[in-house]
Amino acid sequence: MRIELEARGQPSVLMTWLSPVIAIALTLLFGVVMFALMGQDPINALYIYFVQPLTDAYQIQELIVIATPLILIGIGLSICFLSNNWNIGAEGQFVMGGVAGSWVALTFHGVDGWWILPLMMVAGIIGGLLWALIPAFFKARYNTSEILTSLMLTYVALQFLDFLARGPFRDPDGYNFPESKIFSPSATMPLLSDGGRMHLGAIFAVIAAIVVAIMLWRTIKGFEVKISGEAPRAARFAGFNEKGMVYFSFLLSGGLAGLAGISEVAGPIGQVLPVISPGYGFTAIIVAFLGRLNPIGVIFAGLLLALTYIGGENAQIMLQIPGDATSVFQGILLFLILACDTLVRYKIKITGFGTRKTAGGEG
Amino acid sequence: METFIAILLTIVSASTPLLLAAMGELVVERSGVLNLGIEGMMIIGAACGFAGAIMSGSVLIGFLTGIVGGAILSYFFAVLVLNFATNQVATGLALTLAGLGISGLIGKPFAGITIQREPIEFLSFVNDIPVVGPILNGIDAVAWFGFALLLAVAWFLNRTRAGLILRAVGDNPVSAHTLGYNVLRVRLYAILFGGACAGLAGAYLSIYYTPFWAREMTAGRGWIALALVVFASWLPYRLLIGAYLFGAVTILQFHAQGAQINIPQQFMASLPYLATIVVLIVISARQTGRKIHTPASLGRIFVPDR
Repeated sequence: MRIELEARGQPSVLMTWLSPVIAIALTLLFGVVMFALMGQDPINALYIYFVQPLTDAYQIQELIVIATPLILIGIGLSICFLSNNWNIGAEGQFVMGGVAGSWVALTFHGVDGWWILPLMMVAGIIGGLLWALIPAFFKARYNTSEILTSLMLTYVALQFLDFLARGPFRDPDGYNFPESKIFSPSATMPLLSDGGRMHLGAIFAVIAAIVVAIMLWRTIKGFEVKISGEAPRAARFAGFNEKGMVYFSFLLSGGLAGLAGISEVAGPIGQVLPVISPGYGFTAIIVAFLGRLNPIGVIFAGLLLALTYIGGENAQIMLQIPGDATSVFQGILLFLILACDTLVRYKIKITGFGTRKTAGGEG
Repeated sequence: METFIAILLTIVSASTPLLLAAMGELVVERSGVLNLGIEGMMIIGAACGFAGAIMSGSVLIGFLTGIVGGAILSYFFAVLVLNFATNQVATGLALTLAGLGISGLIGKPFAGITIQREPIEFLSFVNDIPVVGPILNGIDAVAWFGFALLLAVAWFLNRTRAGLILRAVGDNPVSAHTLGYNVLRVRLYAILFGGACAGLAGAYLSIYYTPFWAREMTAGRGWIALALVVFASWLPYRLLIGAYLFGAVTILQFHAQGAQINIPQQFMASLPYLATIVVLIVISARQTGRKIHTPASLGRIFVPDR
């Protein structure tokens, strides 16, 4: 059996919408097989994974709590990936945003004032932004692979946070636990409703999605983003500044990741810990692709991936399914989205055995 | 003197997985494909290799299962980027994310078990030679295999017809296709070779280097291997220098931690990553404008027409 691709004249609109749906359906099918192999009742496991969290008011709030950082980071990454800038160090930018904002929170610990939280947010954005500036600068200056530098910086950021939580940021009265003081109320994200942990960050995520969507679809800058990714040569002829786009996309995504980081620390966590993220920066890569690199689509994708986190935890507790099943789901989902996206640009023809053509010859 | 030899030998063990994984990736990239999934294939190799070694009781079978595991994962990558023409960067990332999860599931039952690390005496007859003898003898079989493979890869790429075809496919797939070569098949073999190498590198980590299974135990080594290919400017022999440089940084960092030097341990642990960044920047600053050995079509999608 051979798979052959035949280019479509223009991208299929139908498939643009259908491909994530097909990808999700295939991922669920994969889940059936995986759970069956683990000796679980697949339907029951899938129910616990993907449906049960939605039947409980507290868990729906948790869903939004987890979706918040995924969406904030995913929006920035969409702009990066659209413009062909491969920032895969959002995890590090998230952490550095959390670090910078926490520094403000701990400096003014015990001080009361409305300005503390906004200052923390600004510090968080700057923290993430500066961390993203490093790979952007070296890409623009020397064409250094941003993929590798941004990823390596993530490992450095994780070590730095660990150092702070066990050293300078540690609560002196905390019996040597690697934790900071619990942030004072003026340095904590306001909750949006009772009976859960949903916080102000969710509003940031929605605002960011709308603002970036308008930028992308209604401004010259947005046109520039799309052209620099789709047709870099055309972008150059149009006089668009290639290096400017490197900085723009990295600073935007770094800033949003930083905002997500401090929102997480000042929100559901409430203090500095040696680890503040279960890999949101990497999962957000999947969110960006599943959301069709479209800021509004990213909101839905973020919610779906948040569901895998919560469902995964439930399955761990109720069925003793290892937490790694969640990463498998997420990885397979990205695989399948990428495969299904081929349907947007190509028709797929499957030819049988023995029809192998002799290579060579013109078209 | 004995400490010196011991440190030297640990550097060899720390460098071997980097060398193996980077060698596989070098061949893949020479064929024009960028596989960012080394980390994922390595961790799968580590999990499969460890599981294989424990279940069979044979270290050799462990290495083989690691190789097969890495190659199987790379096959999925190959189907996507070759047959479905997906974006290579994104697909490689998916491979890493999926690999980390799958390896966790495979390795779970084996957590907490250690393998009795037996010295693989390979060249015991040289033991009598002073200084050099114990070093040569202390180098394990996989490290020797790595050296041999390096020679073979260099010979293959530069001296054989198949190697020439592989490089042609990487530099200009359209011409290679027109000349009648099956671009996708060449790339498939290259990707499988890369997966096998990464799998062996991972199995070496879990079976011999640590020697136990732990989640995410590759700790970014797959990404460092990617950086090494850039460092080596796609030339096999330079990989050796790069791999040993990074191996040395890793090991010296451990010894500095042990020597109670008053530097935070987290800073020392960041050193290999910081060193990678610095090296990448220096290399790219020097190469700006004259990237001679970079495969010309690296990372580009190729869809054969009829």
